Amino acid sequence: MGSPDPFLAAALASFLAGAVSGLATGFGAGLGTWKQRPAAARIVAFAFAVLGSLLLFVASCRALAHPSSATWSLPLVTLFPCTVRLDPLSAWFTLTLALLALAVSIYSFGYLRPMERTRNLGALGFFYNSLLLGLALVFTAANAFFFLSAWEVMAVSAFCLVTFEHEKAETRDAALVYIIMSHAGTAMLLAAFLLLAAFAGGTDFASFHLLASNLPPAELGAVFLLFFAGFGVKAGIVPLHVWLPDAHPVAPSNVSALMSGIVIKCGVYGMARVFFDFYGPPPLWTGTVVLAVGVVTAVVGVLYALQEHDLKRLLAYHSIENIGIIVMGFGAALMFRTLGHPNLAAIAIVGALYHTLNHAIFKGLLFLAAGSVVQSVRTRNMEEMGGLIRRMPGTAFFFLIGAIAISGLPPLNGFVSEWLTYQALLAGFGTTQSLTRLMFPIAGALLALTAALAAACFVKAFGIPFLALPRSEAAANAQEAAPAMQYAMALLATVCVVLGLGATWILPVFDPITQRAVGVAISPSLVAHGIALQAGTAQSGTVSPAGIALVFLALTGTVAFLVRRRLRHARVATGPAWDCGLPGLTSDNEYTATAFSKPLRLIFSAFYRPNREIRPEYDVSPYYPSAIRFESGIEPTFEKHFYGPLRTWIFGLSRRMRAIQAGSIHAYLAYIFVTLILLLLFGVRP
Amino acid sequence: MISTATAVFLTAVVQLLLLLTVAPLVGGLIKTLKARLQVRRGPGILQPYRDLHKLFRKGMVLPETASWIFSATPYVVFSATAIAGLMIPMISAKAPLGLFGGVLAVVYLLGLGRFFLALAGLDTGSSFGGLGSSREMTIAALAEPAMMLAVFTVAIGANSTSLSEIARVATSTTWHFLAPAQMLAFAALFIVLIAETGRIPVDNPATHLELTMIHEAMILEYSGPYLGLIEWGASIKQLLLMTLLINAFLPFGLRAAWSLGGLLVSLAYLLLKLLVLAVSIVLVETANAKMRFFRVPDLLAMAFTLAALGLVSTFLF
Repeated sequence: MGSPDPFLAAALASFLAGAVSGLATGFGAGLGTWKQRPAAARIVAFAFAVLGSLLLFVASCRALAHPSSATWSLPLVTLFPCTVRLDPLSAWFTLTLALLALAVSIYSFGYLRPMERTRNLGALGFFYNSLLLGLALVFTAANAFFFLSAWEVMAVSAFCLVTFEHEKAETRDAALVYIIMSHAGTAMLLAAFLLLAAFAGGTDFASFHLLASNLPPAELGAVFLLFFAGFGVKAGIVPLHVWLPDAHPVAPSNVSALMSGIVIKCGVYGMARVFFDFYGPPPLWTGTVVLAVGVVTAVVGVLYALQEHDLKRLLAYHSIENIGIIVMGFGAALMFRTLGHPNLAAIAIVGALYHTLNHAIFKGLLFLAAGSVVQSVRTRNMEEMGGLIRRMPGTAFFFLIGAIAISGLPPLNGFVSEWLTYQALLAGFGTTQSLTRLMFPIAGALLALTAALAAACFVKAFGIPFLALPRSEAAANAQEAAPAMQYAMALLATVCVVLGLGATWILPVFDPITQRAVGVAISPSLVAHGIALQAGTAQSGTVSPAGIALVFLALTGTVAFLVRRRLRHARVATGPAWDCGLPGLTSDNEYTATAFSKPLRLIFSAFYRPNREIRPEYDVSPYYPSAIRFESGIEPTFEKHFYGPLRTWIFGLSRRMRAIQAGSIHAYLAYIFVTLILLLLFGVRP
Repeated sequence: MISTATAVFLTAVVQLLLLLTVAPLVGGLIKTLKARLQVRRGPGILQPYRDLHKLFRKGMVLPETASWIFSATPYVVFSATAIAGLMIPMISAKAPLGLFGGVLAVVYLLGLGRFFLALAGLDTGSSFGGLGSSREMTIAALAEPAMMLAVFTVAIGANSTSLSEIARVATSTTWHFLAPAQMLAFAALFIVLIAETGRIPVDNPATHLELTMIHEAMILEYSGPYLGLIEWGASIKQLLLMTLLINAFLPFGLRAAWSLGGLLVSLAYLLLKLLVLAVSIVLVETANAKMRFFRVPDLLAMAFTLAALGLVSTFLF
């Protein structure tokens, strides 16, 4: 038992205080409640969240600078040990949490202001802070029971936040699906932890270290798959993703940013912990399964995102895509570890974990910007926006930064982590002579497809809402977001730039993480040549986002100077865009989001199974329709062909089980007795 | 002895000047050759220079619906393409900015330019812009995996994504172009080249018919110096993709290091090889009709299959 990190303890205490203040203002009586003091309910809880995030940031940076794996007990309950540990892997995730939570909490001051008199912001503050507390504990818990308890705090708080606007049926349905799937995932985790604990003879994470590889093959596989599926539900891997695009968009936008930015990363954290801490080099099939699932998740996620015209749902589908990219990195790392290439495994792990932080930052930024837009235009439908770059210039600029980053374009942060993943996949071809090696370049090509489709999707997601002419009255009268919201977005946009340009100087913090996971430090093989990154060795490829940015600025500056000097003597006029001679361009002439994504809908029609219905309505003559109804959509494959039958089956099973639910107390006593006997028999079995 | 930084700067300036001057020439060459093959006289090889000169002297009209994205795009496209051009080996196996990025950075820098061009297309508010953006992004999304797989095949041979390293390995070993993996990858990249530079049968650079245009639809509203920058950027992109194809697969004549004498020899070789590649592009353009837009995925799927076969063939040979 080591001494507690004072900053981590203070951060946890701050989140707790925020939760208590939210509880008092939300559900208490007297002058302090949200109805009497609406501004106080809004400010106090989120001020504690800001403070806690700052403290957590300091604690994480300290833990990364001085790696240790000391554990200490929280004075909570004595039923099971509440031990906490801030080792480098945990610290990386708490750092991600701290950065995102800081920005989102600042954003909340402005975002929640218009609703402070009509909604119970005390309750929101309570669940918001308990979510942050739960997340911090999930990332730092050092004991399986405590981890699962924190996991439930996180899952249930997130559920309550998703249902915040519970008067809408859509919200209630989405939250219900979320909580059911979340608990199915938790059940799998519980089973996996119990199997592992029975083998380890304890529930401390320290006792699980590298242990899982020693399990008998059947149990090893079962535990691996249970963990992968259990954490996969939370992370949103295909086909366990269906709750995600429903639940994330219906929450208030600040909560959406947390859900997509960090809550799904609990699944990523769990995978990293299990794959690289609990398991030593596992059998090769585990890595191939994870890599294949990652590829499918990335491609399916981006394909659905392309056909989505609800701005927030589109972003939620992109979270699935990015989780796929992260999981691909994990799969490659698992394979390299088994094949005996720790340096390559380290690059793949760093790519995946860096992408985890990067995705949290740019997805948080995009959700915050989308939240500003939705608050101002009062719709999530992109087809009713348009021209917002004039009315909301700040929000538009920040959304553009996020869009460039998420599309993996240089020199921002998304490019760096995708580059690392590409390099790892490419080098993978030489690690084995078997046919398995074909997986790596194919995965790389599909990563390229994913990235290119993501770029297409974000041309749409930025171009349709922000550019050209407003498509509705509300869009024409949109207002720029409040200052606090813009500060928060500016913070995240700055972090996107810093993580991109500064990658060479930031990536050495992964040394202790890869040291522990695969036994080699990353910086000797990754950082060289001053401002450039290399993949393994200088011969295998280098990249320098900072260098690219520098040359870009120099070149653009020169060209702009020359062109401006030319233009000084020339006439620059503004005029109407070409509209084929019609009287004036209106928003009706603009390309819509549906039209923009139509080519891909037709090309991938085998996947989408699009349906379309055109119904003209006639008044007098069959030659002149008075109105035409047009409906177009895609088939929700997973819901229809997997979850539909599953639900029918579960309902059928439940109906049949009604027979033993007689309602008689004697029957129930008998059930308990029989169960007890069976358990005893099972327990004393030699 | 000059320091490394100075050498990088000098070679970068030399290669940048080469890119800027040779790029319009290749465009003019293709246009003239195509005209001759169709028994027309054609505008002459130097026409692109005259066009650029004219455009940069003119004033311009900005659409009133457009925002700052529209004005920023020409600069972004031009700079991103030029930087990508500095990352490829052109007259020496050592690319000036090879340290700053290899083949992945080149692909993604071109992606950055395309991203802004597509935004600018939407920014005008006219249907043509959106139409062009939508088609361009669709084709790019389908070309990307084929391109990456073909590039991987080459990169795996050199065990590197650094283009300098790929070219160095290609020049230092015996000529291995006839290896099936190389030939298949070359064929795949040739198809991607056709698609990425917007040539027949994927796109027709000479058309202004709204049903068929892709690249031209996106830039329909541009005029004057901005149009000049975009056209120049597009011709640099064409040159750099052609050079990439040449120096990754047919590197003979390429000098390993920078020197004044070798430079001229390499340049002569490069121009000769560009001429051969231009002739083959012209033959493809003349022999084929423009494809229906929805047939283009088949073509790109073919490129993908060729590249995949190239990879599989590494098991056999």
